[in-house]
Amino acid sequence: MSRFAPILPELILSIGATILMMVAAFTGRRGSSLVSWLSVAVLLAATAALVGAPSHAGPVFDGLIAADLFASFGKAVMFPAAAVAIIAAHGWFERDHEHSSEYAVLILFAAAGMSVMVSATSLISLYVGLELNSLASYVLAAYRRRDDRSAEAGLKYFVLGALASGILLYGISLLYGFTGTTNFTGIAAAFARGAPSLGLLFGLVFLLAGLAFKISAVPFHMWTPDVYEGAPTPVTAFFASAPKVAAVLLSTRVCLDALAPATDAWRQIMIFAALASIFLGAIAAYGQTNIKRLLAYSSINNVGFVLIGVAGAGAVGASSVLFYMAVYVPMTLGAFLCVLWMRDKDGEPVEDIYSLSGLSQTRPAFAAAIGVFMFSLAGIPPFFGFWAKLVVFNAAVKAGLLPLAVAGIVGTVVGAYYYLKIVKVMYMDEPAEPYSRAHEPVQGALILLSALAVSPLGYLLIGTLQSLSDNAAASMF
Amino acid sequence: MSGLPLLTILIALPLVAGALCLFVKANAARWIALVATMIELALSAYLWVQFDPNGAQWQFVESQPLGGGIGWKLGIDGIALVLIALTAFLMPICIGASWRAIEKRVPEYMAFFLLMEALIMGSFTAQDLFLFYIFFEGGLIPMYLIIGIWGGAEKIKASYKFFLYTLLGSVLMLIAMLYMRSVAGTTDIPALMAYDFPKEAQTFLFLAFLASFAVKLPMWPVHTWLPDAHVQAPTAGSVILAGVLLKLGGYGFVRFSLPMFPDGSAQFVPLMFVLSGMAVVYTSLVALVQTDMKKLIAYSSVAHMGFVTFGLFAMNRQGIDGAIMVMLGHGLVSGALFLCVGVVYDRLHTREIARYGGLSDNMPGYALLFMVFTMASVGLPGTSNFIGEFLSLVGTYKASTWAAIVGTSGIILGAAYMLWLYWRICFGTQRHADAAAMPDLLAREWWLLAPIALAVFWMGLYPESFLKPIRNDVGRLMVRLERVAPAGDSRQTPGSAVAREEAH
Repeated sequence: MSRFAPILPELILSIGATILMMVAAFTGRRGSSLVSWLSVAVLLAATAALVGAPSHAGPVFDGLIAADLFASFGKAVMFPAAAVAIIAAHGWFERDHEHSSEYAVLILFAAAGMSVMVSATSLISLYVGLELNSLASYVLAAYRRRDDRSAEAGLKYFVLGALASGILLYGISLLYGFTGTTNFTGIAAAFARGAPSLGLLFGLVFLLAGLAFKISAVPFHMWTPDVYEGAPTPVTAFFASAPKVAAVLLSTRVCLDALAPATDAWRQIMIFAALASIFLGAIAAYGQTNIKRLLAYSSINNVGFVLIGVAGAGAVGASSVLFYMAVYVPMTLGAFLCVLWMRDKDGEPVEDIYSLSGLSQTRPAFAAAIGVFMFSLAGIPPFFGFWAKLVVFNAAVKAGLLPLAVAGIVGTVVGAYYYLKIVKVMYMDEPAEPYSRAHEPVQGALILLSALAVSPLGYLLIGTLQSLSDNAAASMF
Repeated sequence: MSGLPLLTILIALPLVAGALCLFVKANAARWIALVATMIELALSAYLWVQFDPNGAQWQFVESQPLGGGIGWKLGIDGIALVLIALTAFLMPICIGASWRAIEKRVPEYMAFFLLMEALIMGSFTAQDLFLFYIFFEGGLIPMYLIIGIWGGAEKIKASYKFFLYTLLGSVLMLIAMLYMRSVAGTTDIPALMAYDFPKEAQTFLFLAFLASFAVKLPMWPVHTWLPDAHVQAPTAGSVILAGVLLKLGGYGFVRFSLPMFPDGSAQFVPLMFVLSGMAVVYTSLVALVQTDMKKLIAYSSVAHMGFVTFGLFAMNRQGIDGAIMVMLGHGLVSGALFLCVGVVYDRLHTREIARYGGLSDNMPGYALLFMVFTMASVGLPGTSNFIGEFLSLVGTYKASTWAAIVGTSGIILGAAYMLWLYWRICFGTQRHADAAAMPDLLAREWWLLAPIALAVFWMGLYPESFLKPIRNDVGRLMVRLERVAPAGDSRQTPGSAVAREEAH
């Protein structure tokens, strides 16, 4: 039994998901509420299991996964985020008579996949985790199957995702062929033996390209705006938070563990992807009037910043990535929870940003919350998102990548424009037709909680968060 | 020191009052804001009394580490003290100026103003590099909203320009701060003020900080956001922008650039003199042709900030004393001038100079006070600006004769545009019936302008009150700069030549 102790969270998730799938199948729509809350409970139980699990167990199952603090940190961020995505959807799918119980189950399966992703220390477990997460995600994107946009989003995501998986697998096979192992330690040893051969380099590039798709870094970001716009909003909230954390942490582990001796080889790729994501994410968002598309570009932009931390490399870089993601998740979830509350008189969702006009006069607290998330996403002090950006820039400066830090920070100014636009629409324009009031205290409490977390009060947590992410990063080396 | 964390209270009080404003009706919000800012004024007066000019450099020190490389560290020296006093003095006046002029969304307006006061106080008291940055940059948000919500016709453009321009300037400073932390291993401002960075690094650090402070001050040629922001902002917004926010740029030079990068600063003295000279002469000429009152005063602000940079980069005692005095004097006088514009704007709703004329007939009280502030702006002896401009030009003269000649020409040009403005508004014939029918100052407006006039004369007649707290701090700065200060082309040899002749 003790052999399975390190994967207790994964066990809870998979068994819970399987049982709940049965419950969902037999109770149908009647059981949707029950299944949702039970799924939240399963996710919270998995989070709680992190505390008890020997998180310093190191490599288990012949080095397929590592149950270290790095993985635990990621799980501690992802599981609650997934739970929030379930709570956010509560009541969302009922209105068009879709089954909503499978939604929560799919999220559980995705969470299990993500959990394997952040622990993976072998190319095989990496791929299995990634695919488990992706397959659940494709279905989630197409969840409102009678809605054209949702179906299109699902199809697009699937086709492009399959292509990316193919590229990833090709890279994996090259790496396996040239190193003779799928284990990260073995691959690192192969790279450490002098200058990497052409085959290894090709493997590295294909692997990173496949991962770049999953984290929607430029130039593999094209699916993001369409999928974010088309997918049902709770699903979009989910995509922007937990799976993003998993993919970013996975890429971090691949780069800083398996490919650590080849830092010079992948660093230029990361720098390009980081700057391209920051600038494209910022500039392409200018013309968007759909809030979900805009937030999609915002997530591309944010991934750029986190890649600056990855490029920083070493324990400082890994720690900055963890810190950034821990702050990014409440910001982005909070923003999407607010989007979920944008509904017209009949309760139909509205996605046009001009429907926010004058919100500060009709719903001051709601507007203030969105304002907090926007300023925080833009990285304007005193909001906490600023400190997350500072931490990744610090990693770049420490690694001697001053030009990257300067270019990245100029990108924050470019990006600030469209976040400011939302604030401008809410605070400076004449009031538009007011939204219908949501009577959802749990969602309201979650918005309040995430707004407080990214408000200047977040600085009270700064010491704890920093030491947690430092320890987690150190556990990987 | 007393046990109370006075500086934390100084920052927290307006925050609490601001939050309170959001939950009450317009009139209650006005009173809350007024009372809170008056308490702030009393508090800063108490600080002034308690401050020991001959004591330690940093007083009222508080320190509470937060971990993660930032600490809640506060403390003030004399330079911060006088600027805090200026802020606390202008704030109740701003609230008073908005009493009737702001009619829509009053609670939010008052909340943003109080938030701004808290952030400004934080910038002047912060002793941690990143804490300073947070306060310094955070000030953009309330100002952005104040201009954007309560501004004039082109408020949106002006608010964006203000925000993005100053943000772009500041982000480079952040990278420089990260570099400083990784080299020096501390973010403690007093420690960094004594730290010697490698010479070649100082060049880049200076330039990165210059990018931020030059935009904030603003210096020519990055001043272009200022006229827009001033013209569109509501009166009180302009007062606080000109009176205090611009001073953050000058404060930044005194607190960071000069003591932390003396070699870097010395290297760029010629550049700073050229930019200051351009500011003084060019923007004065631009001010001369303005037809909008607020724009004219906005350009005059840029010109006056030229004296600040002249004085600072002369790197001698007179220059730096003078620069700080110009900051204080200009804070009072430009604030008062914007209020004077606001007084007539509230009556006629236009800032066109040509729409006024002969106001001394129907508004004698207004004409009197406007005259006082015009003269102060020109730098008439006996007023605050004379002390500052004179000292800073003396300092400049010691460093460079040519720079002093260019700088002094700015005083003449200043007299030209200010006196001409005054003449066009208050003297001459009354061409417009509506302007001629305007009533004189109300009691509320007297209460706003008279205290500033008194302060202007106080500074002009007994500047020792203001020089005393900063004397030792400027002295400490001089020690830092001694090695690198420009030699000067007109170094006097005081007394010795005469003495020898007498001996013959």
